[in-house]
Amino acid sequence: MIRQLFGALSALLLAGVLLGGCKTTEEPVDPPPTVVKPPVVTPTPPPKKPEAEPPTIGPDGNITLPGASEPLDAIFYFEYDQARLAPADIRVLAMHAQQLRDYRNFSVKLEGHCDERGTREYNLALGERRWQAVRRYLISAGVRSTQIEGTSFGEERPVDPGHDESAWAKNRRAVIVYNR
Amino acid sequence: MNAQVLARTLCLAATALAATVAQALEIVIQEGWDSPTKVAVAPFGSAMPPDEPDPMASVDLAGIVAFDLTRSGQFSLLPADNMLSYPTAPDQVFFRDWRILGMDYLVIGRAWTEANGAVSVVYHLFDVTSEREIASSRTTAAPEKLRDIAHRISDEVYEHITGIRGAFSTKLLYVLVEDAATNSPTFHLKIADADGARARTVFRSKEPLLSPSWAPDASRIAYVSFETGRSTIVVQNLATGERTHVAAYPGINGAPEFSPDGTQLAMSLSRDGNNEIYTLDLASRELRRITRWPTAIDTEPSWTADGTSLIFTSDRPGKPQIYRVRLDRLLPERLTWEGDYNARARLLPNGRHLVYVHRRDRVYHIAWQDLERGTVRVLTQTSLDESPSLAPNGTMMIYATQDLGRGILAVVSIDNGFSYLLPEAAGDVRDPAWSPFIDALRGRP
Repeated sequence: MIRQLFGALSALLLAGVLLGGCKTTEEPVDPPPTVVKPPVVTPTPPPKKPEAEPPTIGPDGNITLPGASEPLDAIFYFEYDQARLAPADIRVLAMHAQQLRDYRNFSVKLEGHCDERGTREYNLALGERRWQAVRRYLISAGVRSTQIEGTSFGEERPVDPGHDESAWAKNRRAVIVYNR
Repeated sequence: MNAQVLARTLCLAATALAATVAQALEIVIQEGWDSPTKVAVAPFGSAMPPDEPDPMASVDLAGIVAFDLTRSGQFSLLPADNMLSYPTAPDQVFFRDWRILGMDYLVIGRAWTEANGAVSVVYHLFDVTSEREIASSRTTAAPEKLRDIAHRISDEVYEHITGIRGAFSTKLLYVLVEDAATNSPTFHLKIADADGARARTVFRSKEPLLSPSWAPDASRIAYVSFETGRSTIVVQNLATGERTHVAAYPGINGAPEFSPDGTQLAMSLSRDGNNEIYTLDLASRELRRITRWPTAIDTEPSWTADGTSLIFTSDRPGKPQIYRVRLDRLLPERLTWEGDYNARARLLPNGRHLVYVHRRDRVYHIAWQDLERGTVRVLTQTSLDESPSLAPNGTMMIYATQDLGRGILAVVSIDNGFSYLLPEAAGDVRDPAWSPFIDALRGRP
């Protein structure tokens, strides 16, 4: 008995909701002026970030996002005799790609470096593979090839002049340097 | 044991000699050989009246000859203090004095100044056992050529005793890096005598310099310079100092090596996306692509002596290995099969043996390989070894290595295990290239 009453009530409520819905869709006779946009040429707003402050590029080519206290990481490390980007680096690389998409007037110089082991000329070629790995990612993320240049320095420009594993690990790197 | 004692003796002799010649590259002899040929080089006489300038006041001819022969690893030299007599002319030689001391050969000589200011040097080489003079010659040259005369005497003595052309009159080309451990290093391209003396800078840059190589007549050199901010191949005339940027393509311009006739440079360029081997005709500037392997690093080409083929490094099997390609067929053939890192090969003048950088047990050595038998032998006992370069007579190899964290050059005998180090006090040295045969008494450099 109670259950039947409850059922009838909910049916009524549902009918009310449906009726209300029907009413709103049927109501307008004239199409609202906002639906059909007149082909007015309005000045296009600045793309994407109308009010955002642009990132700043430091004297040594690093980039600092607005509000950030530290420049964006720009050094990406590699395994011995490898030129594959580490998956953990993709998040930061994506942030670089976004800056380069948002600011098409920005351009970067990529550097490829190696540790001292092996021959100088082979390392020159390996360093080339490393900066090209970064380039490939940036291009796939929408950066234009005209925004990117690259140079391999092989083993000629170590950041750590030491001769042990920890020095070598720091020297096997690709670097993003923003042009000012 | 015997070798150890000898090594110590040689080291002392070398230090004493080094002190007399003020050289940039010092020489420290590491290891000796057990049964070298015993040679005495008696101090050369000066046939000058007391009031005339002595041409040998600044240059110890006998000392230079003795030091040259010592560095070949094939000879044990008698210290002058142990000699019983000091003959400077054939009629003063008493073979008994030298037989008692166990000598196999004796070199004597003297020098004097000619009326026109030139200096003349005459030497005689004797076989002590047979008591015969084997060779003798007289050379006249400008006084500043005295060292060259001494090296030529060494070349002749060496050839008369061993039957192999001497390579003591040659030069070394190498890169010296000053302040290498700072963020403002200076790169010097230097040329020194084979004994490290008379080092001079032929180019200096704040940007990296690498891979220097000699033209076959030693009149020009080629190298990679980053002076424009990226790699460029430069050919430099040593007489005029004129420098030409012969390859500045997009990407890497690396590993230049002159063809045996001096008309072409083999090189590695990444202009087509990855490192491939090319030859460049220096007169027409025509570029010819030799390798086609878009996923591989192909680099470090060097020529066979007949100029018909190139040896190069390729990582097409996944890790770097040595290949040979005939320039008329362009079908590379793999030469190395031991280990997972073989690179920067150079052929010996006989065309049958190869030296290259070889990693074994995670250590980089220089290995030697017999191409016919496939035998592989590690030549060096240092680590982080690279850039092997051969003396033009194929008896010795120079290479770059590390000593206490510093880049130094080292030389090792191909056949007898003898070795010495060439550190440079002013900085790190690397990338050595041993010159072709040079007639310094006729021309440059």
